[in-house]
Amino acid sequence: MRLIAFDDVGCTRGGRMLFQNISFTLEPGAALIVSGPNGVGKSSLLRIAAGLLTPFSGTVRGEVVRGYLGEAHALDPEPALADALLFWARIDGADRVDVAAALAEVGLAHISEVPVRLLSTGQRRRAALAPLLASKAPVWLLDEPASGLDVAAVAQLAVLIARHRGQGGAVLLATHQLIDLPGAQTLQLGAAA
Amino acid sequence: MILALITRDVRRAWSSGGAVFPIAFFLLACILFPFGVGPDRVLLARIGGGVIWAAALLAALLPVERLIPPDADSGVLDQLAVRGVSMVAVATAKIAAHWISFGPPLMLAAVIASGLLGIDAARLGAIELGLLIGTPGLAALAVATSALVAGLRGASSVAGLVMLPLAVPLLIFGAGSIEGGSGALKLLGAVTLLLVVGAPIVAAAAIRVGRD
Repeated sequence: MRLIAFDDVGCTRGGRMLFQNISFTLEPGAALIVSGPNGVGKSSLLRIAAGLLTPFSGTVRGEVVRGYLGEAHALDPEPALADALLFWARIDGADRVDVAAALAEVGLAHISEVPVRLLSTGQRRRAALAPLLASKAPVWLLDEPASGLDVAAVAQLAVLIARHRGQGGAVLLATHQLIDLPGAQTLQLGAAA
Repeated sequence: MILALITRDVRRAWSSGGAVFPIAFFLLACILFPFGVGPDRVLLARIGGGVIWAAALLAALLPVERLIPPDADSGVLDQLAVRGVSMVAVATAKIAAHWISFGPPLMLAAVIASGLLGIDAARLGAIELGLLIGTPGLAALAVATSALVAGLRGASSVAGLVMLPLAVPLLIFGAGSIEGGSGALKLLGAVTLLLVVGAPIVAAAAIRVGRD
């Protein structure tokens, strides 16, 4: 059983070939770290995996339900953190209890009543993880999940990813930072060009 | 799910004050006319209906910038797309939410405006009926325009150029219905229907193109 599979995927942006012939398969419990210099197409690869970009060539197959963490946190600035997250919980068919649990897991339970616009960069980044935890999507697509996080939060992120893999989920992530992911495959973009 | 989208948008419109500004602008625009053409009650009452419709059109232009671009920038549209929510559904929800925070308040404000312009009760009734039928069309047009200009530089000035010409049929039949009765009302209804059905499709296509 595979959760997501890339089959000879290529991507062009603005008439420029970013990458081609990318193939990999993620089974339950697998993790793939996409690395490479800036502008090499890591974010585009994740957007293709999320179905937000159409690949120039090749196909993406696998589970339809994927959780995507992009550069933007997708939380409304005005409402309290818990209420902003509740919107996504409603869309995902989760409820207030799931939101509270997810908030506790990312270590933000104590500021659940603070408006999103008052949160710090790192807190927003952590908050953006919460809908992913509440959604129970089997495939996680994480674009620079550790940017702006402190050391403890990065460690916590690694724990959450490990647990997700332990529960049969798969993780595809693009990062520059070191996140402790035992047994993860790596994909170096821009190296074999 | 549609309900969650509508609730969110209505709440955002009210909390950011975005729902109040167009109404205030509408009243101001209506007040300017008596200053401009002088306090001739007969003349004001005659042009009053047209003034209210023209002001409504201009007021509908104000919120265009905050309908789609903030959601495109903050990644909300991406997240909805990842969850398999169709962009046509998103656009439809946005039209409904925009109408809720724009249509009824505008109709209330039109009562005040008609007092300022010396419009009698019978004509006010005709105006309100026209607004009830026409404002959903205006809301649909605003959402479609917002999606089309999202991501452009100087989006708000382009929005006026895109939206106002397309809103001319609403203005003609809306203002016409005050004198012309049921024929103009039916045509106004037809224009609104066309906009309400067509706008989500146009907006969805624009959002998908803008994602690249």
